[in-house]
Amino acid sequence: MTMTREEIIETTIRFLAEEFEVEKSIILPDSNLQETLDLDSLDYVDLVVVIEENLGFKPTAEDFQTVVTFNDFYTLVEAKLKEVA
Amino acid sequence: MERRVVITGIGLYSCIGTGKEEVTESLRTGKSGIVYDAPRKDFGYRSALTGNVIDPELKPFLNRRQRLGMHQPAMYAYMSTREALEQAKLDIDFMEQNETGIIFGNDSTAGAVIKTIDKARARKDNTLIGSGDIFQNMNCTVNMNLSTIFKLKGINFTLSAACASGSHSIGMGHLLIKQGLQDRVICGGAQEVNEVAMGSFDGLGVFSPRENEPTKASRPFDKDRDGLVPSGGAATLILESLESALKRGAPILGEIIGYGFSSNGDHLSNPNFDGQFRSLSMAMKQANIKKGQVDYVNAHATSTPVGDMMEAQAIHSVLGEKVAVSSTKSMTGHECWMAGASEVAYSLLMMQNDFIAPNINFETPDEDSAKINIIAETKDQKIDCFLSNSFGFGGTNSSLIIKKYK
Repeated sequence: MTMTREEIIETTIRFLAEEFEVEKSIILPDSNLQETLDLDSLDYVDLVVVIEENLGFKPTAEDFQTVVTFNDFYTLVEAKLKEVA
Repeated sequence: MERRVVITGIGLYSCIGTGKEEVTESLRTGKSGIVYDAPRKDFGYRSALTGNVIDPELKPFLNRRQRLGMHQPAMYAYMSTREALEQAKLDIDFMEQNETGIIFGNDSTAGAVIKTIDKARARKDNTLIGSGDIFQNMNCTVNMNLSTIFKLKGINFTLSAACASGSHSIGMGHLLIKQGLQDRVICGGAQEVNEVAMGSFDGLGVFSPRENEPTKASRPFDKDRDGLVPSGGAATLILESLESALKRGAPILGEIIGYGFSSNGDHLSNPNFDGQFRSLSMAMKQANIKKGQVDYVNAHATSTPVGDMMEAQAIHSVLGEKVAVSSTKSMTGHECWMAGASEVAYSLLMMQNDFIAPNINFETPDEDSAKINIIAETKDQKIDCFLSNSFGFGGTNSSLIIKKYK
């Protein structure tokens, strides 16, 4: 799967807002992902599921160690999609 | 000293109505909730009849995390419990500060389990099942979800006793309050309604095949009965010590005065006169009343030939020929794990509104049902005391006696 960063951002905002029932407008590049989506330990299980369903790869717990903001997440997705490609 | 136990809230999510008002009207008019469900035929059902229960939309009430662990039993039970708590004047703030328990009857989560297994088999990776399924799959799904949502701090477990689950949940809640161990317990029963839940039951050939007349298929005690109709939903009763109810100014809808129970110790599915007789007799002894003091019996009668016959004999033996009897399953079908709780709720609504709901489709008595007083048409009558029977697979029996609070 090849996607531009803009496409990654658009896709990610859509499925995260839908899955975690938040307004798209609060998903900003420098916002804290965990706080914005109000994620607890169980929610990370569902985060993996929706990433796999929408972006075609399954992130590991180690992958999330570098993710604080949504921008960090988009960077992770870019790197993972390149690996897959 | 033993405490008096009263009921302060009723909630219903049933095929004859969602909420007490709609259910009361259906009971009064003898309205059936049974339909023909065509997809069941494709699934392989011998009989595609079922109670018609629509899944509630919970998004207006619960957030995503709260909803994720819920499938039909918990969803239905949430709706009935909301209604019951409102009537009992109980809110989350109060229950977080004042110990309130929950014992709910449930005996399957087949719909949720099959959904999960299908997902796991398709993905071949359990980490892609999602976080909510385990909480939908476990038999205690109603308890774990409702205790979390309503911040309950008291007793918390699920009671599984086949088609007597709901009745025993009330019996156990009653005992805990009577003994002073709890002030309030949320009791009830929930029953999923979906095709995967009832296939094996249908396989026994005990469902009515009268598919061309859905509303006439469930006909307890009638000579021409030919099987039960599966159904479901949820019913909730708020049980409370009399002291607690009076202190809070809660409405007192009835007082539980007798809980009888027994086990047949016999056949897996066949009913047994002796077990039913002992359950009824124990309830009467606990209530310390004589047979003339029971105004109404809400029978377990499911519309199966042998089960109804045994119950008619047991009612006749313990309570005689005069007491008014009806089976609301003639309208609702067999609500299984929910039935013992819903039928107490239905009877309480009759007691509050001075009528006896009809045993619809009772047209021709058989040898045993002719000996008891079955009410085939709605009857205006005051009820001061009623008895509700529930009997389940494995020979588990429960009888509850409830009277007006005076």
